[in-house]
Formats: sequence, C-alpha cells, structure tokens
Amino acid sequence: MASDEFERVYEVTGRDYANAGRASTSIKDILKHLGVHPVVVRRAAIASYEAEMNVVMYAVRARMSLRVSPAAVTIEVQDEGPGIEDVELAMQEGYSTATPEMREMGFGAGMGLPNIKRNADVFDIKSEVSRGTRLLIRIGQVA
Amino acid sequence: MYPAAKRKVMTVRSVRDVLAAEVLCGDDGALSAELQGAAAADLMSDVLALSQPGMLLLTGLVSVQVVRTAIVAELCGVVFVRGKMPSSEMVALAREARLPLLRTERSLFEAAGLLYGALTCV
Repeated sequence: MASDEFERVYEVTGRDYANAGRASTSIKDILKHLGVHPVVVRRAAIASYEAEMNVVMYAVRARMSLRVSPAAVTIEVQDEGPGIEDVELAMQEGYSTATPEMREMGFGAGMGLPNIKRNADVFDIKSEVSRGTRLLIRIGQVA
Repeated sequence: MYPAAKRKVMTVRSVRDVLAAEVLCGDDGALSAELQGAAAADLMSDVLALSQPGMLLLTGLVSVQVVRTAIVAELCGVVFVRGKMPSSEMVALAREARLPLLRTERSLFEAAGLLYGALTCV
C-alpha cells in the first residue's frame, strides 16, 4: 500500500441491529480526520450506512473495506448471504423484500440501493443467489 | 422536508420552547446551532436521501437507527414526538456524537405544524 493510501476493514454481522451503523460512523470519523472534503464525507457515510444496514438486514455477515487515496474514497462490501435474485428490480425505488422487523428500524422501504447509487460516482453490484452480494462504491474528488 | 430558503433563524434551543420539549442531551454549543431546515419522517432512508446537513428531524420512530441516521446525515438534532422516550443507549450514543435529543408530548402533526409556523412567521 502506498503511503498516501489508507485502508481499513470492518466485519459486519447479520441481524446485529444494536451495532448496525458502527462501521459507517467509524468510516465517517476517519474520512473527517483525513481531511476529506465534507461533501464527500457525507456522501460516503450515507452510502456506507445504507450498505451496512442491507448487510445487517439481509446477509449473514460481510467484509466491508474502506480505501482512501488522493483520488477517491472506495468502499467495498462483500457479503455472505442469500444474494439478490433480480438486481434490476432491487435497484428500483420502492421495491423491497423487507420484513416488518426491518421496517420498524426505519429501513426496508426499497430505498437502500438507490440511495447508495445516488451518492456514488462509481457504483457496481454483483450478486449470486445463495452465495452473496458484492458492492463497489467509489466517490471521487477527495480534497 | 423544509429547505433552508425562506425561513427564520432558529436554534435547537428555541425549538425546545416552541414544542415545550424536554432536552434529553445536548451541550450548550450544540443547542445553539442554527437549524438549516427541518423534516418530519419515520423512514430513515428518506432522511438519508433528502436531508441537508444541519436539519432538525421530528420523528415518531424510536430506535438506535434514528440516532445513527442523524449522525451520518449530520443533522442538528432529533425531536421524539408523542412523549416517546429513547433508550439510555440511544442517549449515550447521541451524547458521544454531540447530537441533541429532545422529546415533546405533541404529535408529529402538531409538532411539525408548530415548528413550521415558528420557522416561517413574519
């Protein structure tokens, strides 16, 4: 890793609602500390929080990594879980397979993936049913 | 969501007076912050999608995710309506993040109406 790059990895556990959001608030603190532009910090925090909530709500566990370079903030989320059968449908605002328990948290209204995409400059999603989902979120113009 | 334009200057502390709210946490500096708008929502994804930094959130939802959302979205405070009481974990998390939490006996509709009136009155 180059000296001007920062990397941090988080483990996120499914159904662990009490700690849901902990990784994202840590990402936010780190980005602030690194002097990343406030608009980029907020976009990265919102995107990573939605992604983290998706892991907690739907997956078994995930590895969430943060990489910061002078050019971009990159967040990758690789989960082990049920995967998404129809990614195109999941990307539609309002489409959701959430349970009442998830909705009680204020999530699960089919806004998560669209919200992530909206805050990302580069957004990539690959999913395999019964295996898991991989998300790539990149936000440029760090300084 | 009520945007920053066409509003009166209002601090989190003055929201307490308008809504006869109890301040559960929030230091002097955080209570003196100026509202950059206000929103009433129970859906945290809507808050994440539509809010601006410095907005105040009125909500009937009591879960730790409300506090996390407010931190991530950089809101200036959260008001819980209908006398709902957040857990001590929620208050501790908010305190750590210097996020003011308030609660009012007013309903979401009443609280939003009162605040709208106070923010827009001439």
